[in-house]
Amino acid sequence: MMNLPHEILLIFAALGGVLLVASGVGFSLRARFAGGPSQAVVDNLNARIRAWWMMIAIAMAATVAGAPAIIGLFGFLSFLAFREFITQTPVRRADHVALFVSFFIAIPVQYGLIGIGWYGLFAIFIPVYAFLSLPILSALMADERKFLQRTAEMQWGLMICAYCLSHVPALLTLDIPGYQGREALLCVFLVLIGQASDVLQYIWGKLFGRRKIAARLSPNKTVEGLIGGVFSATVLGAALWQITPFSPLAASALSLLITVFGFLGGLVMSVIKRDRGIKDWGGLLEGHGGILDRIDSVCFSAPVFFHAVRYFYSVY
Amino acid sequence: MIEDVFNAVLVDRGAGVHGNPLQPAFDAIAAGQSLIFFPEGTRGDGETLGPFKSGVHHLLKARPDAEVVPVWIDNAYRVMPKGFFFPVPLLCSMSFGAVLRYEVQEPKEAFLDRLRSAMLELRPQ
Repeated sequence: MMNLPHEILLIFAALGGVLLVASGVGFSLRARFAGGPSQAVVDNLNARIRAWWMMIAIAMAATVAGAPAIIGLFGFLSFLAFREFITQTPVRRADHVALFVSFFIAIPVQYGLIGIGWYGLFAIFIPVYAFLSLPILSALMADERKFLQRTAEMQWGLMICAYCLSHVPALLTLDIPGYQGREALLCVFLVLIGQASDVLQYIWGKLFGRRKIAARLSPNKTVEGLIGGVFSATVLGAALWQITPFSPLAASALSLLITVFGFLGGLVMSVIKRDRGIKDWGGLLEGHGGILDRIDSVCFSAPVFFHAVRYFYSVY
Repeated sequence: MIEDVFNAVLVDRGAGVHGNPLQPAFDAIAAGQSLIFFPEGTRGDGETLGPFKSGVHHLLKARPDAEVVPVWIDNAYRVMPKGFFFPVPLLCSMSFGAVLRYEVQEPKEAFLDRLRSAMLELRPQ
């Protein structure tokens, strides 16, 4: 186990406090709106809060256990997310071997490369080798129907669910002068700001949301929610600058980057869901939907955040 | 292994000459067990519901008191298509319909058609 930075425990203690308050608010809302027209919204809110307790407990356990556990957790999340994604794609019998390789070879190898710190191969393994291998494996099965569509959707799913998401634990491999041993805090920062932005957009939207951004594609996204959520998550990021290697100004700029890409990522995934005629990717997280519904924003912000930090802060 | 892990009743496809191949299924029902019966008798192609074998009709002719609950399993075909021996972990869903009863002396085709449409009604989308 690596030497645990004390800020990690402080952050999770604070998250526990926030959840206690949220659970209290949820409890009083339930009493107030029981039987009324808003009951479904309040029930969903309470289900979301219950799921948050579980998610934060898992995140804390992995963070405290150290780098292998963080890498393993995100590898498992990639596996679950890719499963949800592929369930909604028109893959056929001929793609079976390619899918098996994606699930049981590509995803473990991608995370294994983080474990051994081989950045050069980590950065190209899926975009080059999986990209070329999947259509080869499907072509060998000789089924031309919708071949390009099937291949492209498998590749896209693997890019989003495995490649992009793997950039969260890849932060552990960065060599930042004066920050050695505290890299796990970068993962906490990225996920915390991304998820806080989602939650704050939800809260601002529910309280003040009037103007819908894309009513047909994603009815819950409002201008008020977006502005309030992005602004407050950016302020939160600036306030957390001490757990990062960034200055307060840089911390707020990077938080803005995380929240903007997170919002746009959520929008992209909503468009796909709308096209497939589904509301959620799955049902694993009560109130939230599937794993992919929860991490879609992080999938988009993680590679951008990783490269910004790597370019400006790490030695390589 | 299949018998132990899934508590399955195996039908010997070549047993017709020696005795009743469905005897293990009769025994299970007589013992008060619920029996999960796959009326196609094999895995399908994932696109259409295959023709039903007559087994389910034989079973109910002998035990018309048994309740029939139609079930649709969606997406299982893609988890392990015919001809592969390893699965991929996709999400599946199961839909359950209302209880169906075998009517005494109901002809085989009529009953199988009724069961078939009850199952097709459960198909998502």
